[in-house]
Amino acid sequence: MNAVTVEALSKRFADVVALDAISLEIAPGELFGIIGPDGAGKTTLFRILVTLSVPDAGRATVLGRDVVTDLWELRRRVGYMPGRFSLYPDLSVEENLSFFASVFGATIEAQHDLIGPIYDQLAPFKDRRAGALSGGMKQKLALCCALVHRPEILFLDEPTTGVDAVSRRELWELLDRLRNTGLTIVVSTPYMDEADRCGRVALIQRGKLLGIDVPDRIAASFGRPLFAVRAAERYRLLIATREFANAATVFPFGDVLHYTDRRDGVPPERIARELREHLQARGFADAEVQETRPTIEDTFMARMGEPERAA
Amino acid sequence: MTAAPAREHAIEARELTRRFGTFTAVDHITFDVGVGEVFGFLGANGAGKTTAIRILTGLLAPSSGSARVAGHDVYTESEWIKRRIGYMSQKFSLYEDLTVGENIRLYGGIYDLSREVVRERTTHMLSRLGLDAATRVQALPLGWRQKLAFSVALLHEPSIVFLDEPTSGVDPITRRQFWELIYEAAARGTTVFVTTHYMDEAEYCDRISIMVAGRIGALGAPAELKSQFDVGSIDELFVRLARPTAGAAG
Repeated sequence: MNAVTVEALSKRFADVVALDAISLEIAPGELFGIIGPDGAGKTTLFRILVTLSVPDAGRATVLGRDVVTDLWELRRRVGYMPGRFSLYPDLSVEENLSFFASVFGATIEAQHDLIGPIYDQLAPFKDRRAGALSGGMKQKLALCCALVHRPEILFLDEPTTGVDAVSRRELWELLDRLRNTGLTIVVSTPYMDEADRCGRVALIQRGKLLGIDVPDRIAASFGRPLFAVRAAERYRLLIATREFANAATVFPFGDVLHYTDRRDGVPPERIARELREHLQARGFADAEVQETRPTIEDTFMARMGEPERAA
Repeated sequence: MTAAPAREHAIEARELTRRFGTFTAVDHITFDVGVGEVFGFLGANGAGKTTAIRILTGLLAPSSGSARVAGHDVYTESEWIKRRIGYMSQKFSLYEDLTVGENIRLYGGIYDLSREVVRERTTHMLSRLGLDAATRVQALPLGWRQKLAFSVALLHEPSIVFLDEPTSGVDPITRRQFWELIYEAAARGTTVFVTTHYMDEAEYCDRISIMVAGRIGALGAPAELKSQFDVGSIDELFVRLARPTAGAAG
């Protein structure tokens, strides 16, 4: 039995299609990532899966139970950490956790094996008001609260958004540890580089799935030679590279530009040489062009096609 | 590496410090930002970035040290600073119930621009962005809203613009288009002071600083810092510097 089965799920808000016939399956024990920017439909999907919203069409089951008809049973069995900080800011760390435990008839002590590794990091601040915690600490407390009733599946909606790179890394380490206990974890993120932390990912954009696979295969499915272009004057380089007659896409990418050529079947060495010559003729004596490995973000951009147009 | 002393500075901070009770949020930071520079201001949550930005934008007085922004003193000329800078953040930037054109006119009014100037700059801005003045901001996708917010923050032609996580949650293509707007503004001589949690965007800056527990832990061009600290990426450097302080402040 799948941990999650989603079949042709659709949801619309007024004239905005939040989810457009999404289908996916998640196996028990997976760490599954839903990757996409704001407005992709991640939160809508999560809210339906944790029984807080109903779909307009299609169906979904979690732990084999229907999310619309079996909501009371499911609410006891799923853990949900919403994207927006939803704990009580005026209660202390310990009071928040005790409250969530008592709602489910659990105790903090009984769950110590599960939440202990996270709660121990919070313990020095247990008397602090939740509202006065740093972003990273708030996330850890929210994670403890979502785990305190020992759910069979955990949904985390953008746990790393707006959190600094170090806290993000720590959170992913915690999720790794939780996955090792056998817990099924579904997590969403707008940071494409976090896809590699997941077993499998679904790319989502404007309510539509752009692909589901293991991260390496998604990156490898890019399907065209990709080049890294480098020179000291980056903005001028960007403009000059776009002016190359055979340029298809040119994007800034970390400390280089990523370039694809619009021609098919031309050997990569020749593309690299011609582009280098073009740039040298434009005065970039230091220009370097090398074939490079696509990342998930390259694939996402290629599959999302045109960015969102203004209405 | 700091800019050569002869260069004109948009921001000069010297031993800038801000305490809240016994807690020192900003602890003797010293740095310069050159005119027309794209300066990335990085740091972990709670490292003191927000406090420093509030001082530099004239919203909060420092406890000690000095800073000049666009030539004005943060202690005595904060009202001048507010007029000379632009600001946009991920959280609030535009009035969603107003149209694109109404938002632009509102900002023009706040900064005392004449109707003619607002009209002329509006036409230019809308054609550059490909937006319609009659569209309600609410109807715009996030990335477009952020591009508009940035352009509106530049409406009064500030010499410095402060961008606080401007691309958070924006799709990967629009995020890059946003950075091209940043490059264009910098090429016109506008100084850009930007924060981000996307470490690839740190690489797009001319120079960056990384704040760690109220102090500046690293300062320089991304390429220089990577060779100085012998790391492969700014992400790696960030993690190395910012690691287990794991403070609960801020």
